[in-house]
Amino acid sequence: MIRVSGLHKSFGEVHALRGVSFEAKNGRVTGLLGPNGAGKSTTLRILYTVLKPDSGTATIDGVDVVGDALAARSRIGTLPHGSGLYPHLTARENIAYYAMLYDMSPEIIDERVQTVIDQLDINDFADRRTKGFSQGQRTKVSLARSLVHEPQNIILDEPSNGLDVMATRSLRELIRQLKAAGRCVLFSSHVMQEVAALCDEIVIIAQGKVAMHDSPDGIRNATGCTDLEEAFVKAILTVEPAE
Amino acid sequence: MKTIRIVFFKEITDNFRDRRTLLTALLMGPLFGPILFAFVINLSVNQSLSNENEALDLPVIGHEHAPNLIAYLQSSNINIIDGPATREAAIEAVTNGEHDVVIVIPDTFAQDLSELIPATVEVITDQANTQAERETRRARRALQAYNQELAALRLTIRGVSPQVMRPLNIDEVDVSTPSGRSAMLLGMLSYFFIFALLTGGMNLAIDATAGERERGSLEPLLCLPVKRDHLIFGKIFAACLFMAISLSLSLTCFYFTLKFMPLVELGMTPNFGPLVVLTAFLLLVPFALVGASLMTMVASFTKSFKEAQTWVSVVLLAPTLPILIVSILMVRPSTALMFIPSLSQHLLLVGLIRNEPVNTLHVVVSVGGTLIIGAFLTWVCARLYRREGLLG
Repeated sequence: MIRVSGLHKSFGEVHALRGVSFEAKNGRVTGLLGPNGAGKSTTLRILYTVLKPDSGTATIDGVDVVGDALAARSRIGTLPHGSGLYPHLTARENIAYYAMLYDMSPEIIDERVQTVIDQLDINDFADRRTKGFSQGQRTKVSLARSLVHEPQNIILDEPSNGLDVMATRSLRELIRQLKAAGRCVLFSSHVMQEVAALCDEIVIIAQGKVAMHDSPDGIRNATGCTDLEEAFVKAILTVEPAE
Repeated sequence: MKTIRIVFFKEITDNFRDRRTLLTALLMGPLFGPILFAFVINLSVNQSLSNENEALDLPVIGHEHAPNLIAYLQSSNINIIDGPATREAAIEAVTNGEHDVVIVIPDTFAQDLSELIPATVEVITDQANTQAERETRRARRALQAYNQELAALRLTIRGVSPQVMRPLNIDEVDVSTPSGRSAMLLGMLSYFFIFALLTGGMNLAIDATAGERERGSLEPLLCLPVKRDHLIFGKIFAACLFMAISLSLSLTCFYFTLKFMPLVELGMTPNFGPLVVLTAFLLLVPFALVGASLMTMVASFTKSFKEAQTWVSVVLLAPTLPILIVSILMVRPSTALMFIPSLSQHLLLVGLIRNEPVNTLHVVVSVGGTLIIGAFLTWVCARLYRREGLLG
């Protein structure tokens, strides 16, 4: 479970977050939706502790991301934007490296690595060096890497970027599996269809603020638009621009 | 500790598979010094040795005017050959480099000599031509010797001892030992070794920040539940290991190169046996920590791998600076100087090659001081790795 409340963050002159609050519950898929530069990545980066908020709090399973960053990090699996692999290591070695750094006991590492390899269906190239992998292959390995320690919370920053139709479908399937297993999945996107197809809850962010937070149907009702894309456009216009 | 170990071994595996790292760390770095050195030494040895024993071909114009002088020159290993026809042709031949030096004996030579008027002998040479310098020196030395012999002869005929002409007897006593003489030459070695050491870890140091960032693997790495300090320590230690490997290869390589170099003919016995190699390794290897952390630090400020390479190359040159200054000022090793990394290693290495007794205090200060500075720089790297701006 991820809870964010009143996050503010500035980079120099730019006020990237202006009081972002929302909650992502276990067993549900929460989509963070917003135009480019709305503050999606900044919010997620605060959640996986590479950035510190200027004010406000964020907790993961009740653990504060600033106060106890290490404990918070151990409760999440992340796929940061544009995740890269080590090109001289095989896919399996890349995953095992993270498993070791997650402090998993050596006896179960091999087994767990094989489990995520099966789960993401990457057996075909699991023992090849990742140099020259396609974007889809890289994303799958990165995902496997972030799921190897069976995290309760999964944070994905634009996971479908650069994926083809088949890869996107299998990504959706994976997210549904994680949801069914009672995990808390939070992902960001600017692709409407993807969010509509997957999410139980949508958080629309614009100009560093939450414009709307509801189920897809709730958003349609609130904006009076049957088309989610129209609803999205209407929602982001409700936020007054930053000064 | 566990994290450091995991990162360390991952970096080792990763980099042993990277052709670029292997090429610079295990080939270019270690071989650059010895090959360059062997080339330079061989060239200078050949220059200074071969010609001294070989007969000098000396063109002389008007040799028929001075048969005695010619006989004398021939007896001092000089081949008299026919030169250009005239003095003007000789000047031209020397100017355009056809001859290095030409002797002109005027037709008044014999007469002047018999009338006790100083007889002119012209030595035509181009002083700007450094190659001609040695040949000219040999010709002039032979002429001067003849001059002295003739003077002594004249004095003896007049009943005066030739000793009168030598009020002073200047005797130079050279106390340099063969290994001391080679130390001058081998002094520049220390930089080759430090260079090899630094190149060995260069790619790893850059990879720790700039490389990981460019590849996009830094952000997920920082999301792991491990201390960032431990990540950077693991990476710096891995760079140190590569530096140590590169250094040991360079030393070994040098050991074998020296065996094939004609240093003994230059009056040098290089003190560079297996024990010296081992000692040199132990004296130099603490510098790896300074080098690795310094490079990591520099790389962490850059935006890309390419930019990092540019700036880190500056670090490759930094250790030359103290060495250069001290070589120019001819400073003797002192305890205070041992606190300066790269300089202390240089001074200790020179002492070692000179076969001087090892000053324990100097060694302790050098090793200790270098390690303390290295540890401090590593700490700075850890601080930099904690910055938010690291992700760029």
